[in-house]
Amino acid sequence: MNIRIAIILFLVISFSAIKSLSAQEIKTYNFTQLEPILHQTNDTTYIINFWAMWCKPCVEELPEFEIIRKAYSNKKIKIILVSLDFGSKVEDRLNKFLKRKQINAKTLILDDPDANAWIEKVDKNWDGAIPVTLIYNKEKRIFLSHAITSTELSKAIDRIIN
Amino acid sequence: MLLPLPSFQKLLIELLTKPIIPKEMKKLMFLGFLLIASIGIHAQGYKVGDIASDFQLKNVDGKMISLADYKDANGFVVIFTCNHCPYAIAYEDRIIAIDKKYKSKGYPVIAINPNDPTLVPDDSFENMKKRAMEKHFSFPYLFDAKQEVFKKYGATRTPHVYILNKKDGKLIVEYIGTIDDNYKDASLVNKKYVEDAIDALIQHKKPNINYTKAIGCSIKSKG
Repeated sequence: MNIRIAIILFLVISFSAIKSLSAQEIKTYNFTQLEPILHQTNDTTYIINFWAMWCKPCVEELPEFEIIRKAYSNKKIKIILVSLDFGSKVEDRLNKFLKRKQINAKTLILDDPDANAWIEKVDKNWDGAIPVTLIYNKEKRIFLSHAITSTELSKAIDRIIN
Repeated sequence: MLLPLPSFQKLLIELLTKPIIPKEMKKLMFLGFLLIASIGIHAQGYKVGDIASDFQLKNVDGKMISLADYKDANGFVVIFTCNHCPYAIAYEDRIIAIDKKYKSKGYPVIAINPNDPTLVPDDSFENMKKRAMEKHFSFPYLFDAKQEVFKKYGATRTPHVYILNKKDGKLIVEYIGTIDDNYKDASLVNKKYVEDAIDALIQHKKPNINYTKAIGCSIKSKG
């Protein structure tokens, strides 16, 4: 009996270990599916970054989000990287790219080509150029329409939290 | 930087109507500086209805091109675009199609690459020439080498379209935005913003939709 439990336990642990080693599953959303993620009313502060692999300033700022993710690991902070990449095998390419760059923040793909219909719903001041970063909780919102540094990001987060 | 304008104007009028003493003179000069600075900020970029200014930029064939060279044109489809950007690439064939369709109707495409090639080597003048040849661009592909034109127009991304219409010798901005509502797949387009706008202008009407937004590659500039 004990051996059986031990075996099951071993299997469960090794399975979860394998799973955490493998790349994250990247889901594709349209804007209607994404929109609720931009307006959650729980106690978490969300940092939503719109970016793409082809966008040089976007790629350059990705490590800044990793710094924040680690620095705020004890706070209710959630970073979501919204990729606007498109083309064949985009999920695979994205997964490999994130692995190579050692980016572990949650990533999803926004695939909604009628951008004019949704850009203003993210922020009315956004003209559509990326990168942009939305930082919000249930009470406050900050929209940064330029490439950020972890210092700037951390100041904005502190303004939202406090 | 921006002062609330009414109170600022009041202060300025007060200062102007009063006899000027040296201390106030300093204040006045400072306010003048602020006024110029704030105008500078407001003047960034055209809005629909603004008068667009002409430019002189080098085409991929080496010739300098100005809008004034097109005596017979009724207007222009000025498109800030480039080589490297996936959105610009996705729209290349559609830009060629727009030029072919509307050049004969008096609205030729004028493409301008606004990017600094020291930041994006793909967008160098040499690479522009290559791309124009490969794709048989039917329109001029100009290089905004000093990066002054895109700033004047207020373009922020590629592709970014400005439709200009000639009226009494002036070029009026009649549409700013994206080409259509599907960058991924031309066959799934529902709204052809640019074509609809030109069609309206041809019929001496105002475009129904004169401003749209799109995801695009930010224009690469050091300053």
